[in-house]
Amino acid sequence: MLESSWPLLSLLIWMPILGGALVLLLGDERESQGRVLAMVIGLATFLFSLLLITGFQPGTADMQFVELRPWVEALGVNYHLGVDGISMPLIVLTTFSTVLVLIAAWGRIAYKPNLYLGCFLIMGGIVVGVFSALDAILFYVFWEAVLVPMFLIIGIWGGQNRIYATIKFFLYTFVGSVLMLVALIYLQFQAGSFAILDMYGLDLPMSAQIWIFIAFLLAFAIKVPMWPVHTWLPDAHVQAPTGGSVILAAIMLKIGGYGFVRFSLPVVPGASLELDWLMILLSLVAVVYIGLVAMMQEDMKKLIAYSSIAHMGFVTLGFFIVFQVVVNAGESGALLALGGGMVQMISHGFISAAMFLCVGVLYDRMHTRMISEYGGVAHRMPVFAGLFVLFAMANAGLPGTSGFVGEFMVILAAFQASFWYAFFAGLTLILGAAYTLWMVKRVMYGPVANEKVGALTDVDGREKLVLALLAIAVLWLGLWPAPLIEIMEPSLEQLLQLVMAQA
Amino acid sequence: MTNDAFETPDLLLALPEIWMLTMACVVLVVDLFSNDREHGPAYWLTQVTLVVGVVITITTQWGVDATTFSGTYVADSLGVILKTAILVLAFLGFAYSRDYLRDRGLLKGEFYMLGLFAVLGMMVTVSAGNLLSLYLGVELMSLSLYALVAFDRDSVRGSEAAMKYFVLGALASGMLLYGMSMLYGVTGSLDLGQITAAAAELDDRRFLFLFGLVFMMVGVAFKFGAVPFHMWVPDVYQGAPTPVTLVIATASKVAAVGLFFRLIGEGLLPLLESWQHMVVLLAVLSLLVGNTIALVQTNIKRMLAYSTFNHIGFIFMGFVAGTGEGYGAAVFYAVTYAFTVAAAFGVIMLLARKGFEADHIEDLKGLNERSPLFAFVMLILMVSLTGIPGTVGFYAKWMVLKSVVEAGFVWLAVLAVIGAVVGAFYYLRLVRYCYFDKPEGEGPQPSGSGGFRAVLAVNGLLILGLGIFPGALVAVCMAAFG
Repeated sequence: MLESSWPLLSLLIWMPILGGALVLLLGDERESQGRVLAMVIGLATFLFSLLLITGFQPGTADMQFVELRPWVEALGVNYHLGVDGISMPLIVLTTFSTVLVLIAAWGRIAYKPNLYLGCFLIMGGIVVGVFSALDAILFYVFWEAVLVPMFLIIGIWGGQNRIYATIKFFLYTFVGSVLMLVALIYLQFQAGSFAILDMYGLDLPMSAQIWIFIAFLLAFAIKVPMWPVHTWLPDAHVQAPTGGSVILAAIMLKIGGYGFVRFSLPVVPGASLELDWLMILLSLVAVVYIGLVAMMQEDMKKLIAYSSIAHMGFVTLGFFIVFQVVVNAGESGALLALGGGMVQMISHGFISAAMFLCVGVLYDRMHTRMISEYGGVAHRMPVFAGLFVLFAMANAGLPGTSGFVGEFMVILAAFQASFWYAFFAGLTLILGAAYTLWMVKRVMYGPVANEKVGALTDVDGREKLVLALLAIAVLWLGLWPAPLIEIMEPSLEQLLQLVMAQA
Repeated sequence: MTNDAFETPDLLLALPEIWMLTMACVVLVVDLFSNDREHGPAYWLTQVTLVVGVVITITTQWGVDATTFSGTYVADSLGVILKTAILVLAFLGFAYSRDYLRDRGLLKGEFYMLGLFAVLGMMVTVSAGNLLSLYLGVELMSLSLYALVAFDRDSVRGSEAAMKYFVLGALASGMLLYGMSMLYGVTGSLDLGQITAAAAELDDRRFLFLFGLVFMMVGVAFKFGAVPFHMWVPDVYQGAPTPVTLVIATASKVAAVGLFFRLIGEGLLPLLESWQHMVVLLAVLSLLVGNTIALVQTNIKRMLAYSTFNHIGFIFMGFVAGTGEGYGAAVFYAVTYAFTVAAAFGVIMLLARKGFEADHIEDLKGLNERSPLFAFVMLILMVSLTGIPGTVGFYAKWMVLKSVVEAGFVWLAVLAVIGAVVGAFYYLRLVRYCYFDKPEGEGPQPSGSGGFRAVLAVNGLLILGLGIFPGALVAVCMAAFG
């Protein structure tokens, strides 16, 4: 393990949390100060998180920037942080998305703006904690704490039916995670320590592994979300304010995917092998069935929410076909599958954030998300239309955008497992294009639909900045994903060896 | 054995109780001679008594493990933790009650005197080393509480609650006493240490032992308010004046933990196998009934009453393992739960005014607009009761779950966490009213003196602080059990 000379990860966690609390304390009257303070904290956190990239040692699977000190000594819980190639990119994605949300909210929130900004900062800090915790209890603490600010964000600033949506969101995710807590306690009992790395390679009996796998599955599958426990997501997304949707899609869903690679695969590899058919089945259902559901949506946000579920299906598919790929194509093929899943997570973070921000731009002007009330927007908002089409293409998986890389890697690996996996996964290229581009056609093109559309003004500087940043990210990852894959590779290799040694 | 020769008791060892007894009498007398209509001298003297009581308890008894009065009084670290919690909770109860009582014309000197005697009873219970002193403590506590519940003499609900509490409580005391008599009959001793020794030598008297055990378990479960001995709880919570509800919901639960530990957890530890499944049954029933019925309550005090069963279920789960770790978890749970609920009742009293109890959940609507600070306090409290990390309630739940899983009852842990999810629903409903809803009209404004608000805010934020740095309190609770 590589110790850190100064607590960078702690800074990334606690600066936004304490800063967010400070913004909260400013109260409603000092709106502009709160806005500036929040922006400074968000930006500083993002800039500091870049130090993770520059200071990261590639080529090793060891944990880096490690911080370890006792926390609850009587119970053996440590404040143990560290990142590897799997978690580091997700942390940077988190700090980046937080900045985007802050820019998008700049001066746009009328009701209790400082509470809004504070909640987002606090949530950003907590999510960094989720990705960097190496102690199971510390992980769980951050994992659950995320729910509280999100609960408030949807419940206070959401749409008409926000209270139903936010309580559904909370209870759904809470159900999943409490069972994980029992599993973690059991694992600690077996491993004699709460360190996540000590829980690897325990060689538990199969029946215990299956139960633990199911507990983990509930927790992670609900967060991802996988079919059939996905029903909270469309509700939450539709009701959440734009910033809430962005964070939900870009970060919260990644927590679930991250859980699979950090816990399910290495802790209970035997059960993962035993039940991989189930995971593959659920993933393919998400890709195909949810893709079809997305096509029928009349609400833009709902459509993107369903497309998120379909895209996350690729992530879980990539993670759980490794067992079959490794038999046919050896380790390099399996690595492709794992890497594909990881790249897809990052890419989806950018694309879904962009799509939700685009809908937010339209909603701010028209106060409706119904596709049928739009038409010919491109005539009035040419710059916006260009960006929107770019993101839509990325969502459909067009080569050259980030959406293509992850999906392509997973499909390629899937071929080596079974033709049919690849066939069904490949349907997404058709379905994704169909539901996304059909929406683009109905919203953007054609004659100007009504007077309200006719009165639209193009994106302003603030909106341009947010969308341009995301466009750069989407294209960069699409054209040159190699640096990201290099960062991840050693960690994924080690994960694979760990899994295969036992399974 | 020891009763033959008279042994001079070490009075210093029992100094906390002696101090409380003396001061309760002093408060009574001082109040008689004071002309202050607000009973200021009695109030301040009471609070000073409690604070000094905490200091005396900690300085004279922490780390000690000794008995006095021929073994009827035990001074040990566990006693210190529970007594400190009881004293501080009583302090909070009195601090929150001033405005509430003044508005209702209940500000009388007897309130403080009865409160102090209740506290004394709890302290004696917690420190008992003998069946007699144990029963004495329980009765002193109970009788003072019966009187306190009926303190608002003109209130029909209050009188009904007091009557119900008294009749059922007397029945439970009878059960407890009957069980104790069985133990005495078997062992010929009232001393808990000797009873434990006798229980360890299992022979043909085992049947009588178990017979007594069942009755004592009923008595203890009643004092906790565990299902199925819970019928009195909702009515008493709702009918009693809110400050009294606070004491019953918090301090008396902490004392009940002491009662269980002295009598069964430690006293009859050799019979663990026999009482373990009784405790499991009480825990399961409490979890199921509490959560189900709390879902449909619209009165906050009743909701807290039913949700109490859920938490009692957790405390009993801590007892299940019969290990020091489990008991430590139960003590931690009871203490932190008590402080959380104390603050919740504090918020209710803050919003209450003359002729208005503010105990309907709709009264919380839009609290965030009227008082962001106390809305935030309410948020923390409810999140803590739900068991979300970042607040102390999580560690309490987690420690209990850990002890249960290690004792091999994984299914019980699963049941409990599912119960916690159900609990999340009704706790979040309060958060929802505070934050998401707009008040109808003005809504009740927070009223109350600066001191009251400050103590309440500290109480609430303490739940958050302990949630981030639980280490010290965990260590203290674990240290008490070696």
